[in-house]
Amino acid sequence: MITQALFRALDRKAIWLVAILLLVAIAVPASNLLLPDGNPLRLPNYAVPLFGKYLTYAMLALALDLVWGYCGILSLGHGAFFAIGGYAMGMYLMRQIGTRGVYANPTLPDFMVFLNWKELPWYWLGMDNFWFAMVMVVLVPGLLAFVFGFLAFRSRVTGVYLSIITQAMTYALLLAFFRNDMGFGGNNGLTDFKDILGQSISAPATRAALFAASAIALALAVLACSLIVNSKLGKVMVAVRDAESRTRFLGYRVEYVKLFAFVVSAIIAGIAGALYVPQVGIINPSEFEPANSIEVVIWTAVGGRGTIIGPIIGGILVNVGKSYFTGAFPEYWLFALGALFVVTTLFLPKGIVGLIGQYRAATTRREQHAPTPRTVDAEPQPRPAE
Amino acid sequence: MTFIRYFIITLMLLGAALPAHAQLADTELAALVDALAPGSFKDREAAIGNLVASGDQRAVPVLETLLEGELYFDEASGKVVFTSAPSGKGAIADPITGADLPDLAEGGLEKVKVNNNLRRVLRTAIGQMTLLSPIRDMRLSAAQSILRDADPAQLDLLDTALAAEADPAIGRVMDQARAVIMLKSPDASVEDKAAAVPVVQAIGGRDALNTLTAALATAPAEIQPAINQAIEGLARDRAAWDVAQNVWFGISLGSVLLLAAIGLAITFGVMGVINMAHGEMVMLGAYTTFVVQEIIRQNYPGLFDWSLAIALPLAFLVTGLVGVAIERGIIRFLYGRPLETLLATWGLSLIIQQAVQRIFTANIREVGNPSWMSGSFELGGLAITWNRFYIVIFAALVFAALLLVLKYTAIGLHMRAVTQNRRMASAMGIRTPLVDAMTFGLGSGIAGLAGVALSQIGNVSPNLGQGYIIDSFMVVVFGGVGNLWGTFVGALTLGIANKFIEPYAGAVLGKIIILVLIILFIQRRPRGLFALKGRSVEA
Amino acid sequence: MTDKTGTMLYLDGVSVAFDGFKAINNLSIIVHPAEMLAIIGPNGAGKTTMMDIITGKTRPDDGQVLFDGRTDLTKLDEAAIANLGIGRKFQKPTVFESHTVWDNIEMALKKPRGVFSALFYTADAADIARIEEILETVRLLGRKDDYAANLSHGQKQWLEIGMLLAQDPKLLLVDEPVAGMTDAETVETAKLLKQIAKTRSVVVVEHDMSFVRELGSRVTCLAEGAVLAEGSLDQVSANPVVIERYLGR
Repeated sequence: MITQALFRALDRKAIWLVAILLLVAIAVPASNLLLPDGNPLRLPNYAVPLFGKYLTYAMLALALDLVWGYCGILSLGHGAFFAIGGYAMGMYLMRQIGTRGVYANPTLPDFMVFLNWKELPWYWLGMDNFWFAMVMVVLVPGLLAFVFGFLAFRSRVTGVYLSIITQAMTYALLLAFFRNDMGFGGNNGLTDFKDILGQSISAPATRAALFAASAIALALAVLACSLIVNSKLGKVMVAVRDAESRTRFLGYRVEYVKLFAFVVSAIIAGIAGALYVPQVGIINPSEFEPANSIEVVIWTAVGGRGTIIGPIIGGILVNVGKSYFTGAFPEYWLFALGALFVVTTLFLPKGIVGLIGQYRAATTRREQHAPTPRTVDAEPQPRPAE
Repeated sequence: MTFIRYFIITLMLLGAALPAHAQLADTELAALVDALAPGSFKDREAAIGNLVASGDQRAVPVLETLLEGELYFDEASGKVVFTSAPSGKGAIADPITGADLPDLAEGGLEKVKVNNNLRRVLRTAIGQMTLLSPIRDMRLSAAQSILRDADPAQLDLLDTALAAEADPAIGRVMDQARAVIMLKSPDASVEDKAAAVPVVQAIGGRDALNTLTAALATAPAEIQPAINQAIEGLARDRAAWDVAQNVWFGISLGSVLLLAAIGLAITFGVMGVINMAHGEMVMLGAYTTFVVQEIIRQNYPGLFDWSLAIALPLAFLVTGLVGVAIERGIIRFLYGRPLETLLATWGLSLIIQQAVQRIFTANIREVGNPSWMSGSFELGGLAITWNRFYIVIFAALVFAALLLVLKYTAIGLHMRAVTQNRRMASAMGIRTPLVDAMTFGLGSGIAGLAGVALSQIGNVSPNLGQGYIIDSFMVVVFGGVGNLWGTFVGALTLGIANKFIEPYAGAVLGKIIILVLIILFIQRRPRGLFALKGRSVEA
Repeated sequence: MTDKTGTMLYLDGVSVAFDGFKAINNLSIIVHPAEMLAIIGPNGAGKTTMMDIITGKTRPDDGQVLFDGRTDLTKLDEAAIANLGIGRKFQKPTVFESHTVWDNIEMALKKPRGVFSALFYTADAADIARIEEILETVRLLGRKDDYAANLSHGQKQWLEIGMLLAQDPKLLLVDEPVAGMTDAETVETAKLLKQIAKTRSVVVVEHDMSFVRELGSRVTCLAEGAVLAEGSLDQVSANPVVIERYLGR
């Protein structure tokens, strides 16, 4: 049964995508490590973690796409899962600093010594173990998504209401993580990392390995997502997106379908966050900013939601653009981003992938036209009695 | 200190306008005042006695200045003078008329010396002159100052004044002052102390509480229970006032939330779209106020107190027009896709923020309060600032006006019709696109009004709106749409709840708790407090 | 009222009000196993609201709603009711437009509805045969790979009927099944429903009187949320109150 499902997941597009990602996972580190300096094909050291960061962003966009593009849940709080995964990784990295911190305390991170704490809070225990920390990377975002989703979906909070309370969730977490007594380093967050798995975090080989890990993780996420969306459950998810209550009348428990998608998505986002932190070297509460989570939505939308490859393209493209813009014309980046939101929603409802699809359909004229998915099912306008 | 002195002089000039009290000619008084400078401390004591005997209230500031050790005289002429700055610095003025004396130089001044004995004499003298002054305000402030200092040495004087006092209000203050002195004084009899306790309790407030607590340590055993009781009573009062103060802060916050959220609620209720750029409309309203004030400051400074009255309609117009433009330009293409509308308006909010930042820079701008909005007043145990007070009134007015518009105007009727059943309204010949544009304009215009109000309690910066947007959403989600009262109740509930949790949990944790509570609340009522009910035809 | 045992659907004294407006007022209806009931009535009579109540979308303020003589439907949600064996076809045909015709039927096919069973579901030969059979019945086999969005209104009606068949329910609630169908199709639909009603209970809401006549079943006329008249179509349409309130002169 499971093998059949796996086989089905590997449709042609997914195979291509996974193959490309695995190729990138080998090619980029190889180019950086093996080619001599000065070779035009050699990627400079700074580029490796930068590209790795783009991949983690792409993974976050893919996670959002699973709930938004396929299930119609517009989460404006996915940055929270990303950040929590990042904090779990950050906690592990903090514990690896050991006596190399400013205060040279063997167990307590610097900020705790600074705050005069005498011992580790309970939730920091065990985080010095890599595998335990990795379990937390998966478990904590998953659990938060489970509890939040269970409450929200069971009581049928939908549409913009759901979007707003997901935003409230990440906003509440933002405020919470800003507090020093939460034990996560307050507004400075966690930084000054030294080692990961005993390797120096800034060594080119470690960075190359982290990049490869990001690419492989993204490939696995692509596999997982295409397994889900190509299954009957994936069809039910789309059904929920297009006509939620009709799906209920077929006997499907819409709340569990949504919950499943939400939890899986949160876990993918958490893993992306965990890979992001060692490559950028810091995690702080600003990752919880509601604005960040909304930005993820536009990555997904630009690439094309409701497709697997769309959010990956969007996540990479928008962020490459952002890196360029914030370097070249810093004062115009927000104009560009804002315009991107407006233009995409107005003229590119299906994103770049949809545009390519339209172009293909227009040139071949034979393939049947896929209908425009209606993303929103529940209209917020209440209607009066018959 | 100098300020208080001028204040008293003003009071005296006012007093001088009344039917003549004991008042000497300027020259006579000047002679008496100048007598303070020469001779020994003994001579000075006599001079003070003469001033008291003259009964001329204009001598009081002179004596007070002397008490502070800030009275100077010109060595050459022997004239006693005031200086505008401490330690004999600054402009030199006549102590009686207040006129500048430009002929005298700072270098020629000498301090009129005082010692401890003389200070005691001065205090009594001032007390006598003021407590027994024929001017009512003078007596009142003297009594209040004795109540504040509660110096047992003043007791005899106070008794004399009390016996002579005809004004019941001043008499009460004197009684209170006497009671406080009684509790403080180790010499007072047990009966006097016992009688003083209820009088002190009646004063109320933190000072009375402190007085009683201090007295408890030295009081005889037999009146200690009475004091304890009084303390408890006061603490209860205090707690009640604290609650009232929290309610007031809550109402104040709630009215701000109401202003910020009500426009959002209208657009959400009528059109089913969330306008993420709503916060930017608030911000534009605030910047409109800023611009109006700048123009007024540069060109018509006299109109400054009117700046808000000018800014309000302008802000409404500016943001309303921007709102209509947004609706016509973007939102109408996205009907039936509320999530896309949310994203597009978010993009717009980024653009507006950045544009404002380019025009006005990212610096925080301060918008001034007109004079009638500065300062504060006390209501019982409440301290209420005028700007907050007026914002509460303003929010109530905006809300009431909106209710009236919705209830009694054609556009209001159309808006309600579209809220309830868009298709039906359209079939009835209501031009729903026009209604949408008007609704969006109205909602944005109200956001602009909110911006004018918010500029009065905080600084104006391009991300002003971002600070309010999530809270406004919470109000709308909590209150439910389709009914303005939902927004009203939602805003006040959230405001008051916030201010009640804050003292226990701190501002940040309080906010987190509120957010979590709202998230939980949505589980119970997914459509808010005041949701419209009915058969939804959505399938 | 009559004994509730041995009934397929049992509504007794059901009322529901929206903001004071009584959409359903003390409504009592009984459907027996393998019986067809046609419900007619003017707009606003509460026909759709009645269906909403039976399928768990709307909770009644008052009254009893029993399925199979024992299961209280007012305590269950839509999915649970659907899984009991109550299928519903909507007034406005609602099919999943971004799925193919085949996928629409496959999703409706009676199979475990759990998240993980759906995740690992693969259609076996029997399922495929069943889907083909249903598509044959509703004459959509030729369009099985088309998106449902591209079907005509009548074809969507058929697809929804097909989904209803795939659910294999014990009780079918069919809301205006022939709107948008040609006369020939209408006759076919009536035949199909009559066929179904041999083994299952069917409740049909319809305005089309010739279609109702075609069905030849018991008829209940609703008005203002309550039963106006009951009996055969001839009896009901001869009822003077029905003529006045619904049929007109």
